[in-house]
Amino acid sequence: MTEATKRSILAILAENNRLAPEDIAAMLCLPVEEVTNFIREMEESNVIVKYNTLINWEKAGEEIVTALIEVKVVPQREVGFDTVAERIYRFPDVKSVFLMSGGFDLTVLVEGKNMKDVALFVAEKLATLEYVQSTATHFVLKKYKQDGVIFEDKEDDHRLIVSP
Amino acid sequence: MNPASFIAPVVRELPPSGIRRFFDLVAETKGVISLGVGEPDFVTPWHIREACMYSLEKGYTMYTSNHGLLELREEIVNYLAKNFALRYDPKREILVTVGASEGVDLAMRTLLCPGDEVLIPDPSYVSYMPCVTLAGGRAISVPTRAEEEFKLNPAVLESLITPRTKVLVLCYPNNPTGAVMTESELLSVAEIVERHNLIVVSDEIYAELTYEGKPVSFAALPGMRDRTVLLSGFSKAFAMTGWRIGYVATNADFLAAMVKIHQYTMLCAPVMGQMAALEALRNGETEKKRMVTTYDQRRRFVVAALREMGLDCFEPKGAFYVFPSIKATGLSSADFAERLVLEAKVAVVPGTAFGSSGEGHIRCSYATSTPHLKEAMSRIKDFLTTL
Repeated sequence: MTEATKRSILAILAENNRLAPEDIAAMLCLPVEEVTNFIREMEESNVIVKYNTLINWEKAGEEIVTALIEVKVVPQREVGFDTVAERIYRFPDVKSVFLMSGGFDLTVLVEGKNMKDVALFVAEKLATLEYVQSTATHFVLKKYKQDGVIFEDKEDDHRLIVSP
Repeated sequence: MNPASFIAPVVRELPPSGIRRFFDLVAETKGVISLGVGEPDFVTPWHIREACMYSLEKGYTMYTSNHGLLELREEIVNYLAKNFALRYDPKREILVTVGASEGVDLAMRTLLCPGDEVLIPDPSYVSYMPCVTLAGGRAISVPTRAEEEFKLNPAVLESLITPRTKVLVLCYPNNPTGAVMTESELLSVAEIVERHNLIVVSDEIYAELTYEGKPVSFAALPGMRDRTVLLSGFSKAFAMTGWRIGYVATNADFLAAMVKIHQYTMLCAPVMGQMAALEALRNGETEKKRMVTTYDQRRRFVVAALREMGLDCFEPKGAFYVFPSIKATGLSSADFAERLVLEAKVAVVPGTAFGSSGEGHIRCSYATSTPHLKEAMSRIKDFLTTL
Protein backbone atom coordinates (compact mmCIF):
# COMPACT_ATOMS: atom_id res chain seq x y z
CA MET A 1 0.00 0.00 0.00
CA THR A 2 1.44 3.39 -0.97
CA GLU A 3 1.97 6.18 1.55
CA ALA A 4 -0.63 8.27 -0.28
CA THR A 5 -3.22 5.50 0.04
CA LYS A 6 -2.47 5.13 3.74
CA ARG A 7 -2.95 8.85 4.23
CA SER A 8 -6.22 8.69 2.27
CA ILE A 9 -7.61 5.98 4.56
CA LEU A 10 -6.69 7.99 7.64
CA ALA A 11 -8.14 11.18 6.16
CA ILE A 12 -11.42 9.43 5.30
CA LEU A 13 -11.70 8.06 8.85
CA ALA A 14 -10.80 11.42 10.37
CA GLU A 15 -13.70 12.95 8.44
CA ASN A 16 -16.23 10.16 9.09
CA ASN A 17 -15.31 7.17 11.24
CA ARG A 18 -18.68 5.52 10.69
CA LEU A 19 -17.76 4.41 7.17
CA ALA A 20 -17.26 0.65 7.03
CA PRO A 21 -13.98 -0.84 5.73
CA GLU A 22 -16.04 -2.10 2.76
CA ASP A 23 -16.98 1.49 1.86
CA ILE A 24 -13.44 2.76 2.22
CA ALA A 25 -12.17 -0.15 0.12
CA ALA A 26 -14.63 0.78 -2.63
CA MET A 27 -13.70 4.45 -2.45
CA LEU A 28 -10.01 3.69 -2.92
CA CYS A 29 -10.29 0.57 -5.13
CA LEU A 30 -8.58 -1.66 -2.54
CA PRO A 31 -9.29 -5.17 -1.28
CA VAL A 32 -11.41 -4.99 1.89
CA GLU A 33 -8.95 -7.16 3.76
CA GLU A 34 -6.10 -4.74 3.09
CA VAL A 35 -8.12 -1.87 4.53
CA THR A 36 -9.19 -3.89 7.58
CA ASN A 37 -5.60 -4.94 8.27
CA PHE A 38 -4.25 -1.43 7.86
CA ILE A 39 -6.86 0.01 10.24
CA ARG A 40 -6.06 -2.66 12.82
CA GLU A 41 -2.34 -1.89 12.50
CA MET A 42 -3.00 1.81 12.95
CA GLU A 43 -5.12 1.13 16.01
CA GLU A 44 -2.47 -1.11 17.51
CA SER A 45 0.32 1.39 16.93
CA ASN A 46 -1.80 4.20 18.38
CA VAL A 47 -1.78 6.23 15.15
CA ILE A 48 -5.55 5.93 15.33
CA VAL A 49 -5.90 6.95 18.95
CA LYS A 50 -9.65 6.93 19.40
CA TYR A 51 -12.94 7.15 17.49
CA ASN A 52 -14.65 10.28 18.80
CA THR A 53 -17.96 11.96 18.19
CA LEU A 54 -17.97 15.74 18.25
CA ILE A 55 -20.98 16.81 20.30
CA ASN A 56 -22.32 20.30 20.77
CA TRP A 57 -22.96 19.88 24.51
CA GLU A 58 -24.46 23.30 24.84
CA LYS A 59 -27.13 22.36 22.32
CA ALA A 60 -27.63 19.04 24.11
CA GLY A 61 -28.63 21.07 27.16
CA GLU A 62 -25.51 20.40 29.22
CA GLU A 63 -24.01 23.23 31.25
CA ILE A 64 -20.31 23.01 30.59
CA VAL A 65 -17.74 25.70 31.25
CA THR A 66 -14.45 25.62 29.39
CA ALA A 67 -11.36 27.60 30.35
CA LEU A 68 -8.06 28.09 28.59
CA ILE A 69 -5.29 28.40 31.14
CA GLU A 70 -1.85 29.74 30.39
CA VAL A 71 0.61 28.00 32.68
CA LYS A 72 4.23 28.99 33.32
CA VAL A 73 6.35 26.19 34.74
CA VAL A 74 9.97 25.56 35.67
CA PRO A 75 11.36 22.87 33.41
CA GLN A 76 13.10 20.03 35.16
CA ARG A 77 16.49 18.56 34.53
CA GLU A 78 16.51 15.62 32.06
CA VAL A 79 12.73 15.49 31.56
CA GLY A 80 12.10 19.13 30.63
CA PHE A 81 8.39 19.85 30.63
CA ASP A 82 7.14 16.31 30.23
CA THR A 83 6.81 15.32 33.87
CA VAL A 84 4.97 18.41 34.91
CA ALA A 85 2.76 18.15 31.82
CA GLU A 86 1.87 14.62 32.85
CA ARG A 87 1.02 15.76 36.37
CA ILE A 88 -1.44 18.11 34.75
CA TYR A 89 -2.94 16.03 31.95
CA ARG A 90 -3.75 13.12 34.24
CA PHE A 91 -6.56 15.14 35.85
CA PRO A 92 -9.85 14.16 34.15
CA ASP A 93 -10.97 17.81 34.26
CA VAL A 94 -8.15 18.61 31.86
CA LYS A 95 -9.24 18.06 28.26
CA SER A 96 -6.14 19.21 26.35
CA VAL A 97 -2.56 20.13 27.15
CA PHE A 98 -0.14 21.68 24.67
CA LEU A 99 3.48 22.75 25.11
CA MET A 100 3.81 26.25 23.66
CA SER A 101 6.47 28.60 22.37
CA GLY A 102 6.33 32.25 23.46
CA GLY A 103 5.25 33.98 26.65
CA PHE A 104 4.13 30.93 28.62
CA ASP A 105 4.77 27.19 28.57
CA LEU A 106 1.61 25.12 28.65
CA THR A 107 -1.88 25.69 27.31
CA VAL A 108 -4.31 23.74 29.44
CA LEU A 109 -7.97 23.37 28.47
CA VAL A 110 -10.15 22.58 31.46
CA GLU A 111 -13.84 21.73 31.57
CA GLY A 112 -16.08 21.99 34.57
CA LYS A 113 -19.75 22.21 35.51
CA ASN A 114 -19.52 25.91 36.31
CA MET A 115 -17.02 28.71 36.77
CA LYS A 116 -16.54 27.98 40.44
CA ASP A 117 -15.72 24.37 39.65
CA VAL A 118 -13.00 25.42 37.22
CA ALA A 119 -11.69 28.19 39.48
CA LEU A 120 -11.37 25.73 42.35
CA PHE A 121 -9.53 23.27 40.17
CA VAL A 122 -7.03 25.94 39.17
CA ALA A 123 -6.58 27.29 42.67
CA GLU A 124 -6.37 23.96 44.45
CA LYS A 125 -4.92 21.52 41.96
CA LEU A 126 -3.09 23.36 39.22
CA ALA A 127 -1.53 26.44 40.85
CA THR A 128 -0.36 24.49 43.86
CA LEU A 129 1.68 22.01 41.82
CA GLU A 130 5.39 22.10 42.38
CA TYR A 131 7.16 23.73 39.40
CA VAL A 132 4.05 25.67 38.36
CA GLN A 133 5.11 29.31 38.57
CA SER A 134 1.93 31.07 37.55
CA THR A 135 -1.44 30.60 35.82
CA ALA A 136 -3.74 32.90 33.85
CA THR A 137 -7.29 31.64 33.34
CA HIS A 138 -9.46 32.67 30.37
CA PHE A 139 -13.05 31.46 30.29
CA VAL A 140 -14.60 30.47 26.96
CA LEU A 141 -17.80 32.40 26.34
CA LYS A 142 -18.97 30.71 23.13
CA LYS A 143 -17.69 27.96 20.87
CA TYR A 144 -18.01 28.69 17.18
CA LYS A 145 -15.77 26.07 15.66
CA GLN A 146 -13.89 23.14 17.13
CA ASP A 147 -11.53 20.62 15.52
CA GLY A 148 -12.29 22.05 12.09
CA VAL A 149 -16.05 21.76 12.53
CA ILE A 150 -18.36 24.78 12.58
CA PHE A 151 -21.04 24.23 15.22
CA GLU A 152 -23.89 26.16 13.64
CA ASP A 153 -23.08 25.92 9.96
CA LYS A 154 -25.72 27.89 8.12
CA GLU A 155 -24.56 26.76 4.70
CA ASP A 156 -27.45 24.55 3.65
CA ASP A 157 -27.66 22.98 0.23
CA HIS A 158 -29.28 25.71 -1.84
CA ARG A 159 -28.90 23.92 -5.17
CA LEU A 160 -31.82 23.16 -7.46
CA ILE A 161 -32.91 19.60 -6.79
CA VAL A 162 -32.40 18.59 -10.43
CA SER A 163 -30.29 20.46 -12.97
CA PRO A 164 -28.64 19.55 -16.29
CA MET B 1 -54.09 39.91 -29.16
CA ASN B 2 -52.42 36.52 -29.07
CA PRO B 3 -48.94 36.99 -27.60
CA ALA B 4 -47.84 33.50 -28.66
CA SER B 5 -48.37 34.36 -32.32
CA PHE B 6 -45.64 37.01 -32.08
CA ILE B 7 -42.98 34.59 -30.93
CA ALA B 8 -40.46 33.77 -33.61
CA PRO B 9 -40.97 30.26 -35.00
CA VAL B 10 -37.38 29.26 -34.29
CA VAL B 11 -37.95 29.91 -30.59
CA ARG B 12 -41.48 28.56 -30.53
CA GLU B 13 -40.33 25.29 -31.99
CA LEU B 14 -37.32 24.95 -29.74
CA PRO B 15 -38.01 21.89 -27.56
CA PRO B 16 -38.24 22.73 -23.86
CA SER B 17 -35.62 21.27 -21.54
CA GLY B 18 -36.07 17.51 -21.15
CA ILE B 19 -35.81 17.68 -17.39
CA ARG B 20 -38.46 20.31 -16.71
CA ARG B 21 -41.34 17.88 -16.10
CA PHE B 22 -39.05 15.63 -14.14
CA PHE B 23 -37.90 18.55 -12.01
CA ASP B 24 -41.50 19.25 -11.00
CA LEU B 25 -42.07 15.61 -10.09
CA VAL B 26 -38.98 15.56 -7.84
CA ALA B 27 -39.80 18.91 -6.28
CA GLU B 28 -43.28 17.65 -5.32
CA THR B 29 -42.01 14.44 -3.69
CA LYS B 30 -40.92 14.61 -0.06
CA GLY B 31 -37.73 13.07 1.35
CA VAL B 32 -35.94 12.63 -1.96
CA ILE B 33 -32.16 12.17 -2.12
CA SER B 34 -31.13 13.85 -5.33
CA LEU B 35 -28.42 12.42 -7.54
CA GLY B 36 -29.82 14.69 -10.25
CA VAL B 37 -27.80 17.81 -9.61
CA GLY B 38 -25.36 18.97 -12.27
CA GLU B 39 -23.21 21.14 -10.04
CA PRO B 40 -20.71 20.67 -7.20
CA ASP B 41 -22.10 20.10 -3.71
CA PHE B 42 -19.22 22.13 -2.31
CA VAL B 43 -19.87 25.76 -1.60
CA THR B 44 -17.26 28.04 -3.22
CA PRO B 45 -14.10 27.87 -1.04
CA TRP B 46 -14.13 30.55 1.63
CA HIS B 47 -10.97 32.33 0.51
CA ILE B 48 -12.59 32.96 -2.87
CA ARG B 49 -15.79 34.31 -1.34
CA GLU B 50 -13.78 36.42 1.07
CA ALA B 51 -11.73 37.89 -1.77
CA CYS B 52 -14.97 38.91 -3.48
CA MET B 53 -16.23 40.63 -0.31
CA TYR B 54 -12.93 42.48 -0.03
CA SER B 55 -13.19 43.63 -3.64
CA LEU B 56 -16.69 44.99 -2.90
CA GLU B 57 -15.34 46.84 0.13
CA LYS B 58 -12.70 48.37 -2.11
CA GLY B 59 -15.39 49.57 -4.48
CA TYR B 60 -15.03 47.17 -7.41
CA THR B 61 -18.56 47.56 -8.72
CA MET B 62 -18.01 48.93 -12.20
CA TYR B 63 -17.83 47.63 -15.79
CA THR B 64 -14.61 46.00 -16.80
CA SER B 65 -13.09 45.89 -20.27
CA ASN B 66 -15.32 43.91 -22.66
CA HIS B 67 -12.66 41.22 -22.67
CA GLY B 68 -12.64 41.03 -18.87
CA LEU B 69 -10.04 42.25 -16.37
CA LEU B 70 -6.60 42.04 -17.95
CA GLU B 71 -5.17 40.64 -14.72
CA LEU B 72 -7.67 37.80 -14.87
CA ARG B 73 -6.93 37.11 -18.52
CA GLU B 74 -3.23 36.95 -17.69
CA GLU B 75 -3.89 34.47 -14.90
CA ILE B 76 -6.06 32.38 -17.25
CA VAL B 77 -3.21 32.31 -19.77
CA ASN B 78 -0.76 31.19 -17.04
CA TYR B 79 -3.21 28.57 -15.85
CA LEU B 80 -3.73 27.16 -19.35
CA ALA B 81 0.03 27.12 -19.93
CA LYS B 82 0.77 25.37 -16.67
CA ASN B 83 -2.00 22.79 -16.75
CA PHE B 84 -2.57 22.16 -20.45
CA ALA B 85 0.63 23.33 -22.15
CA LEU B 86 -1.37 25.93 -24.12
CA ARG B 87 -0.11 29.34 -25.25
CA TYR B 88 -2.45 32.28 -25.69
CA ASP B 89 -2.04 36.03 -25.84
CA PRO B 90 -3.99 37.52 -22.91
CA LYS B 91 -4.75 40.72 -24.84
CA ARG B 92 -6.07 39.25 -28.08
CA GLU B 93 -6.97 35.62 -27.52
CA ILE B 94 -8.85 35.43 -24.22
CA LEU B 95 -12.40 36.54 -23.47
CA VAL B 96 -14.02 36.31 -20.03
CA THR B 97 -17.63 35.22 -20.50
CA VAL B 98 -20.77 34.84 -18.40
CA GLY B 99 -20.20 31.14 -17.79
CA ALA B 100 -18.92 28.72 -20.41
CA SER B 101 -22.53 28.66 -21.65
CA GLU B 102 -22.18 32.15 -23.10
CA GLY B 103 -19.12 30.85 -24.91
CA VAL B 104 -21.22 28.15 -26.62
CA ASP B 105 -23.68 30.76 -27.86
CA LEU B 106 -20.94 33.17 -28.99
CA ALA B 107 -19.05 30.44 -30.82
CA MET B 108 -22.11 29.27 -32.74
CA ARG B 109 -23.29 32.77 -33.64
CA THR B 110 -19.79 33.71 -34.74
CA LEU B 111 -19.13 30.67 -36.88
CA LEU B 112 -22.45 29.59 -38.40
CA CYS B 113 -24.17 30.66 -41.59
CA PRO B 114 -27.76 29.51 -42.19
CA GLY B 115 -27.80 25.78 -42.90
CA ASP B 116 -24.25 25.09 -41.70
CA GLU B 117 -24.03 21.76 -39.94
CA VAL B 118 -22.64 21.17 -36.48
CA LEU B 119 -21.76 17.70 -35.27
CA ILE B 120 -22.60 17.09 -31.62
CA PRO B 121 -21.82 13.93 -29.66
CA ASP B 122 -24.97 12.28 -28.30
CA PRO B 123 -25.57 12.12 -25.36
CA SER B 124 -24.19 15.46 -24.25
CA TYR B 125 -25.03 18.62 -22.33
CA VAL B 126 -28.37 20.13 -23.19
CA SER B 127 -27.41 23.54 -24.57
CA TYR B 128 -25.35 22.78 -27.67
CA MET B 129 -28.27 21.88 -29.94
CA PRO B 130 -30.47 24.88 -29.04
CA CYS B 131 -27.52 27.26 -29.46
CA VAL B 132 -26.84 25.84 -32.91
CA THR B 133 -30.49 26.12 -33.88
CA LEU B 134 -30.76 29.70 -32.60
CA ALA B 135 -27.65 30.60 -34.60
CA GLY B 136 -29.33 29.30 -37.76
CA GLY B 137 -27.28 26.12 -38.00
CA ARG B 138 -28.33 22.48 -38.18
CA ALA B 139 -27.42 20.29 -35.24
CA ILE B 140 -26.44 16.76 -36.23
CA SER B 141 -26.14 14.11 -33.51
CA VAL B 142 -23.14 11.83 -33.51
CA PRO B 143 -24.29 8.78 -31.57
CA THR B 144 -21.89 7.34 -29.01
CA ARG B 145 -22.27 3.96 -27.34
CA ALA B 146 -21.80 2.46 -23.89
CA GLU B 147 -19.76 -0.37 -25.45
CA GLU B 148 -17.21 2.29 -26.49
CA GLU B 149 -17.45 4.10 -23.18
CA PHE B 150 -19.35 6.90 -24.91
CA LYS B 151 -16.27 8.11 -26.73
CA LEU B 152 -16.54 9.59 -30.19
CA ASN B 153 -16.05 6.88 -32.81
CA PRO B 154 -13.97 8.35 -35.69
CA ALA B 155 -15.67 6.20 -38.35
CA VAL B 156 -19.16 7.23 -37.19
CA LEU B 157 -18.04 10.83 -37.00
CA GLU B 158 -16.64 10.80 -40.52
CA SER B 159 -19.73 9.11 -41.94
CA LEU B 160 -21.83 12.11 -40.84
CA ILE B 161 -19.65 14.78 -42.42
CA THR B 162 -21.22 16.51 -45.43
CA PRO B 163 -20.08 19.48 -47.52
CA ARG B 164 -22.13 21.67 -45.13
CA THR B 165 -20.36 20.45 -41.97
CA LYS B 166 -18.48 23.32 -40.40
CA VAL B 167 -18.15 22.72 -36.68
CA LEU B 168 -17.58 19.74 -34.40
CA VAL B 169 -18.49 20.08 -30.75
CA LEU B 170 -16.28 18.17 -28.33
CA CYS B 171 -17.34 17.92 -24.69
CA TYR B 172 -14.94 15.73 -22.74
CA PRO B 173 -14.97 14.95 -19.86
CA ASN B 174 -18.59 14.51 -20.77
CA ASN B 175 -21.78 15.45 -19.04
CA PRO B 176 -23.82 13.16 -18.65
CA THR B 177 -21.63 10.10 -19.24
CA GLY B 178 -18.36 10.98 -17.48
CA ALA B 179 -16.51 9.79 -20.60
CA VAL B 180 -12.99 11.06 -21.21
CA MET B 181 -11.07 10.83 -24.46
CA THR B 182 -7.36 10.10 -24.34
CA GLU B 183 -4.74 11.97 -26.31
CA SER B 184 -4.42 9.22 -28.92
CA GLU B 185 -8.19 9.04 -29.36
CA LEU B 186 -8.36 12.79 -29.77
CA LEU B 187 -5.52 12.64 -32.31
CA SER B 188 -7.65 10.48 -34.61
CA VAL B 189 -10.43 13.05 -34.29
CA ALA B 190 -7.93 15.84 -35.03
CA GLU B 191 -6.91 14.08 -38.20
CA ILE B 192 -10.52 14.05 -39.42
CA VAL B 193 -10.96 17.68 -38.41
CA GLU B 194 -7.91 18.64 -40.44
CA ARG B 195 -8.90 16.58 -43.46
CA HIS B 196 -12.39 18.06 -43.62
CA ASN B 197 -11.33 21.58 -42.66
CA LEU B 198 -13.60 21.73 -39.59
CA ILE B 199 -13.60 24.03 -36.58
CA VAL B 200 -13.85 22.46 -33.14
CA VAL B 201 -15.77 24.03 -30.28
CA SER B 202 -14.28 22.21 -27.31
CA ASP B 203 -16.15 22.54 -24.04
CA GLU B 204 -13.57 21.60 -21.43
CA ILE B 205 -15.40 22.82 -18.35
CA TYR B 206 -14.84 19.47 -16.58
CA ALA B 207 -11.17 19.11 -17.58
CA GLU B 208 -9.86 19.43 -14.04
CA LEU B 209 -12.16 16.63 -12.93
CA THR B 210 -10.17 13.96 -14.78
CA TYR B 211 -9.30 11.05 -12.55
CA GLU B 212 -6.73 9.09 -14.48
CA GLY B 213 -3.73 10.79 -16.00
CA LYS B 214 -3.45 14.44 -16.93
CA PRO B 215 -6.32 16.08 -18.79
CA VAL B 216 -5.61 16.79 -22.45
CA SER B 217 -6.93 19.90 -24.16
CA PHE B 218 -7.93 19.41 -27.78
CA ALA B 219 -6.33 22.78 -28.56
CA ALA B 220 -2.95 21.43 -27.42
CA LEU B 221 -2.84 18.81 -30.20
CA PRO B 222 -0.57 19.54 -33.18
CA GLY B 223 -2.22 21.96 -35.60
CA MET B 224 -5.43 22.25 -33.56
CA ARG B 225 -4.82 25.45 -31.61
CA ASP B 226 -6.18 27.79 -34.28
CA ARG B 227 -8.93 25.38 -35.29
CA THR B 228 -10.26 25.22 -31.75
CA VAL B 229 -12.53 27.47 -29.78
CA LEU B 230 -11.68 26.40 -26.25
CA LEU B 231 -14.44 26.96 -23.70
CA SER B 232 -13.92 26.61 -20.00
CA GLY B 233 -14.65 28.31 -16.71
CA PHE B 234 -14.65 28.20 -12.96
CA SER B 235 -17.95 26.48 -12.18
CA LYS B 236 -16.84 22.90 -11.84
CA ALA B 237 -13.16 22.97 -10.83
CA PHE B 238 -13.60 25.71 -8.23
CA ALA B 239 -17.24 25.09 -7.26
CA MET B 240 -18.30 28.49 -8.61
CA THR B 241 -21.43 27.76 -10.66
CA GLY B 242 -23.50 30.71 -9.45
CA TRP B 243 -20.77 33.25 -10.15
CA ARG B 244 -21.23 32.70 -13.88
CA ILE B 245 -17.62 33.18 -14.94
CA GLY B 246 -16.23 31.32 -17.93
CA TYR B 247 -13.75 32.05 -20.64
CA VAL B 248 -12.98 31.53 -24.30
CA ALA B 249 -9.48 30.95 -25.64
CA THR B 250 -9.04 30.94 -29.40
CA ASN B 251 -7.22 32.58 -32.28
CA ALA B 252 -7.33 36.40 -32.41
CA ASP B 253 -9.69 36.54 -35.43
CA PHE B 254 -12.36 34.32 -33.90
CA LEU B 255 -11.95 36.08 -30.58
CA ALA B 256 -12.37 39.57 -32.02
CA ALA B 257 -15.56 38.42 -33.76
CA MET B 258 -16.92 36.85 -30.58
CA VAL B 259 -16.12 40.01 -28.62
CA LYS B 260 -18.34 41.97 -31.03
CA ILE B 261 -21.37 39.93 -29.99
CA HIS B 262 -20.34 39.85 -26.34
CA GLN B 263 -19.92 43.62 -26.13
CA TYR B 264 -23.41 44.32 -27.49
CA THR B 265 -25.15 41.65 -25.42
CA MET B 266 -23.26 41.24 -22.15
CA LEU B 267 -20.89 44.19 -22.21
CA CYS B 268 -18.75 42.35 -19.69
CA ALA B 269 -18.92 39.55 -17.14
CA PRO B 270 -19.79 40.76 -13.62
CA VAL B 271 -16.76 42.33 -11.95
CA MET B 272 -17.31 40.67 -8.57
CA GLY B 273 -17.29 37.26 -10.20
CA GLN B 274 -14.12 38.19 -12.06
CA MET B 275 -12.43 39.26 -8.80
CA ALA B 276 -13.42 35.94 -7.24
CA ALA B 277 -12.10 34.05 -10.27
CA LEU B 278 -8.80 35.88 -9.95
CA GLU B 279 -8.45 34.66 -6.38
CA ALA B 280 -9.41 31.12 -7.47
CA LEU B 281 -6.59 31.01 -10.01
CA ARG B 282 -4.02 32.59 -7.71
CA ASN B 283 -4.70 30.62 -4.54
CA GLY B 284 -7.27 27.94 -5.30
CA GLU B 285 -5.08 24.96 -6.10
CA THR B 286 -5.21 23.28 -2.65
CA GLU B 287 -8.98 23.48 -2.32
CA LYS B 288 -9.41 22.34 -5.92
CA LYS B 289 -7.28 19.26 -5.28
CA ARG B 290 -9.19 18.49 -2.10
CA MET B 291 -12.49 18.55 -3.98
CA VAL B 292 -11.15 16.45 -6.88
CA THR B 293 -9.87 13.81 -4.42
CA THR B 294 -13.26 13.65 -2.76
CA TYR B 295 -15.09 13.30 -6.10
CA ASP B 296 -12.71 10.53 -7.09
CA GLN B 297 -13.40 8.55 -3.90
CA ARG B 298 -17.14 8.93 -4.34
CA ARG B 299 -16.87 7.95 -8.01
CA ARG B 300 -15.26 4.65 -7.12
CA PHE B 301 -17.73 4.05 -4.33
CA VAL B 302 -20.74 4.62 -6.60
CA VAL B 303 -19.42 2.55 -9.51
CA ALA B 304 -18.68 -0.34 -7.13
CA ALA B 305 -22.11 -0.05 -5.51
CA LEU B 306 -23.99 0.07 -8.85
CA ARG B 307 -22.07 -2.89 -10.22
CA GLU B 308 -22.65 -4.85 -7.06
CA MET B 309 -26.38 -4.46 -7.46
CA GLY B 310 -26.07 -5.85 -10.97
CA LEU B 311 -26.28 -2.69 -13.07
CA ASP B 312 -23.98 -2.56 -16.05
CA CYS B 313 -21.81 0.50 -15.48
CA PHE B 314 -18.69 1.50 -17.40
CA GLU B 315 -16.11 3.35 -15.35
CA PRO B 316 -16.38 7.10 -15.99
CA LYS B 317 -12.97 8.76 -15.95
CA GLY B 318 -14.10 12.36 -15.54
CA ALA B 319 -16.75 14.91 -14.45
CA PHE B 320 -18.95 13.87 -11.50
CA TYR B 321 -21.44 11.56 -13.16
CA VAL B 322 -21.89 7.86 -13.62
CA PHE B 323 -24.12 6.65 -16.41
CA PRO B 324 -25.21 3.09 -15.67
CA SER B 325 -27.33 1.02 -18.02
CA ILE B 326 -30.80 0.09 -16.78
CA LYS B 327 -31.67 -1.90 -19.91
CA ALA B 328 -31.75 -5.16 -17.93
CA THR B 329 -34.80 -3.87 -16.03
CA GLY B 330 -36.79 -3.63 -19.26
CA LEU B 331 -37.84 -0.07 -18.37
CA SER B 332 -37.20 3.04 -20.44
CA SER B 333 -34.93 5.69 -18.91
CA ALA B 334 -37.86 7.98 -18.26
CA ASP B 335 -40.01 5.27 -16.64
CA PHE B 336 -37.13 4.04 -14.52
CA ALA B 337 -36.31 7.55 -13.28
CA GLU B 338 -39.94 8.34 -12.55
CA ARG B 339 -40.57 5.13 -10.64
CA LEU B 340 -37.29 5.54 -8.76
CA VAL B 341 -38.43 8.93 -7.48
CA LEU B 342 -41.93 7.79 -6.55
CA GLU B 343 -41.07 4.37 -5.13
CA ALA B 344 -37.54 4.75 -3.75
CA LYS B 345 -37.24 8.53 -3.34
CA VAL B 346 -34.01 8.86 -5.28
CA ALA B 347 -33.76 11.36 -8.11
CA VAL B 348 -31.58 10.64 -11.13
CA VAL B 349 -31.87 12.13 -14.61
CA PRO B 350 -33.07 9.93 -17.49
CA GLY B 351 -30.32 9.52 -20.06
CA THR B 352 -32.69 10.65 -22.80
CA ALA B 353 -32.64 14.20 -21.40
CA PHE B 354 -29.21 14.41 -23.05
CA GLY B 355 -30.04 12.86 -26.41
CA SER B 356 -31.58 9.71 -27.82
CA SER B 357 -28.34 7.73 -27.36
CA GLY B 358 -28.92 8.10 -23.63
CA GLU B 359 -31.90 5.72 -23.79
CA GLY B 360 -31.43 2.80 -21.43
CA HIS B 361 -29.23 4.82 -19.10
CA ILE B 362 -29.62 7.12 -16.13
CA ARG B 363 -27.31 9.89 -15.01
CA CYS B 364 -26.33 9.71 -11.34
CA SER B 365 -24.39 12.68 -10.04
CA TYR B 366 -22.03 11.97 -7.18
CA ALA B 367 -21.75 15.64 -6.30
CA THR B 368 -23.38 14.88 -2.97
CA SER B 369 -22.06 13.78 0.41
CA THR B 370 -20.87 10.21 0.99
CA PRO B 371 -23.55 9.41 3.61
CA HIS B 372 -26.21 10.57 1.12
CA LEU B 373 -24.65 8.49 -1.64
CA LYS B 374 -24.58 5.47 0.61
CA GLU B 375 -28.25 5.85 1.47
CA ALA B 376 -29.16 6.46 -2.18
CA MET B 377 -27.32 3.32 -3.29
CA SER B 378 -29.11 1.25 -0.69
CA ARG B 379 -32.48 2.66 -1.84
CA ILE B 380 -31.72 1.92 -5.51
CA LYS B 381 -30.67 -1.60 -4.58
CA ASP B 382 -33.96 -2.20 -2.75
CA PHE B 383 -35.89 -0.68 -5.65
CA LEU B 384 -34.25 -3.07 -8.13
CA THR B 385 -35.38 -6.09 -6.13
CA THR B 386 -39.00 -4.94 -6.43
CA LEU B 387 -38.91 -4.91 -10.25
